[in-house]
Amino acid sequence: MSEPVARIRRALGTWDAVVLLALVAVAVVGALTIEGVASPRFWRFVVLEAIPIALIALPMTLIVITGEIDLSVASVLGLTCSVMGQLWVSGVTSLPVLILLSLLLGGALGAVNGLFITGFGLPSLAVTIGTLALYRGLAYVVLGDRAVANYPTTWTTSAIQPLPGTTIPWMILVVAALAVVFAVVLHAMPIGRGLYAMGNNAEAARFAGVDVRLTKFWLFVASGAMSALAGVFWTLRFASARADNGSGLELAVVAAVLLGGVSIFGGRGALLGVLAAVALLGVLRNALQLAYVPANTLTVITGSLLIASVVGPNVAGMLRERLRRRRTTAPTVSPSS
Amino acid sequence: MRAGTKRVRLVAMAALTVLTFATAACAEDGADGTTTPGASTGTMKSGLKIAFLPKQVNNPYFTTSDNGGKAAVEEIKGNYSETGPSEASPSAQVSYINTLSQQSTDVIVVSANDKDAICGALNEARQAGAKVVTFDSDTNPTCRDLFINQATAEGIAANQVKLISEAVGADGGEIAILSATANATNQNAWIELMKTELAKPEYAKLKLVDTVYGDDQDQKSFTETQALLAKHPNLKGIISPTTVGVAAAARYLSGSTYKGKVQLTGLGTPNQMRAFVKDGTVKAFALWNPADLGYLAAYAGGALASGLITGKEGDKFTAGKLGEYTVGKDATVLLGDPFSFNASNVDQFNF
Repeated sequence: MSEPVARIRRALGTWDAVVLLALVAVAVVGALTIEGVASPRFWRFVVLEAIPIALIALPMTLIVITGEIDLSVASVLGLTCSVMGQLWVSGVTSLPVLILLSLLLGGALGAVNGLFITGFGLPSLAVTIGTLALYRGLAYVVLGDRAVANYPTTWTTSAIQPLPGTTIPWMILVVAALAVVFAVVLHAMPIGRGLYAMGNNAEAARFAGVDVRLTKFWLFVASGAMSALAGVFWTLRFASARADNGSGLELAVVAAVLLGGVSIFGGRGALLGVLAAVALLGVLRNALQLAYVPANTLTVITGSLLIASVVGPNVAGMLRERLRRRRTTAPTVSPSS
Repeated sequence: MRAGTKRVRLVAMAALTVLTFATAACAEDGADGTTTPGASTGTMKSGLKIAFLPKQVNNPYFTTSDNGGKAAVEEIKGNYSETGPSEASPSAQVSYINTLSQQSTDVIVVSANDKDAICGALNEARQAGAKVVTFDSDTNPTCRDLFINQATAEGIAANQVKLISEAVGADGGEIAILSATANATNQNAWIELMKTELAKPEYAKLKLVDTVYGDDQDQKSFTETQALLAKHPNLKGIISPTTVGVAAAARYLSGSTYKGKVQLTGLGTPNQMRAFVKDGTVKAFALWNPADLGYLAAYAGGALASGLITGKEGDKFTAGKLGEYTVGKDATVLLGDPFSFNASNVDQFNF
């Protein structure tokens, strides 16, 4: 194998490492050049912001690897917030019950997505754009322009309680535990290999004995439930259930998944890269905000980063393909023909 | 191996480039050190870091109000900054409040996207030493030091009746109201107060004959205006205390034979109403002056951070060219009567 081909192949295999290194670089450079980045409070705020994105990014990674996408996640979050607020107002005063009902609702909303996609064979992009609007609409039907905000302060403060001796919210442990679960499923179980197979070639995966439809269905259920969990956290963190909670968050999640090295065409990516990307985007945004970078410039920077993350691996892939072809065909084909 | 280090270097360089750019855009540090602590002898501290956090940036209304704030901050020799999300969401605003708190901002002047959702972040900032002044849209009173109220219901009602009376003229006549939705709390409160106002002897010649509802939809407001004029041939004036309604009614009148014969006033924005003021459909309309609102908020914040006031009822402070203000109930300061726009001043505003 020629040296450049091997080099590019290695680079592709370690996109996770690239994102991770970028995260460390941004954190170190930020801490050295921007006042406040080195402080524990900065990291508390970054983690608080990253928690809902990370929760939703976990199932989203698996879904995108299978070649599908779920754009309804932020609307599931919003509808969960609305219903949770309405239930609280109508007298459901037990937090565990509220959380359980919210997760069930999220799972059910995900199941509706899954049913349309796997049962009727519709493209997930179309279905979840539809439910993005539908679920958000329902959120407004439930709560209108009201905001439910009179939760007990013990609930709202416990949601953002720091780990003893630190400033980091304890919810990060929940995220970490769930990340381990998803990582094991994706990287250490046979079903994980099936997910990659689906992304590369659904037909072949089916012949290899993977139940493509059932697997995808459950992925969308998981996506709904995780979005609902993010919704519960959102409601308690901001002490406010509103129909427009988390609107636009799906783009932040998809951005992190793509920047994390998951191919939008499916079949490629890893969880570590995605989690690093969630952190990278959060640290970068907060650090630049601290450095007085205006919101408009911030949007331009994040956008450029995304384009680079989508274009980068594809250009590398094209290069690899061209190099391989040249290597195999160069001796037999005359260059002038 | 070699490839690996090169890659690392590349990433580090990319990150550095971004961050260099970021720090280049960074404003000079605040001059906190120059202020004298505990100087509550009636002078405003200089060098205060006063930050405006609107509901969203790129919104002409807030650009106007924040520029008013900027003028005030320059007068009191403070450090002005404006920051905020590009979309009006509470969670994005929380992120900016956290940032301002970390930048040891002395005063945060904020228009809240949600009265509860940003409370936690604001209180955290206050614990870190910031004073919080809300304007345009208030938070829960427990999360801020002062609210600058743009107008009271009484002030709006009195202003609207006065404007229509002036437009219709001394002879008076029949008038009607084009409202938003039939169950809009603020609209109904204003309409009730307008009726009280109309009962005063100076308005004896004005007779309110009808109230119709355009539901804050442009088309519906337009057709309701049309129907109103068909139903009341002697109508002399219309009050529409809603920005959607007054613009739609003005559009109908300006294209009809009633133009100049039936008077119109209401609550509107200069950008929506400019053309109708210039073509003679509308003599005057009202709203508050957002620039003054921002100006007053900045002065109030400065007075709080300088220890001149604490935000309790009866506290007095001077707000530059606007004069003296007194803190009212619930730590609220009232800007004053609504501001009337007419042909002579409408071009000075862009929002």
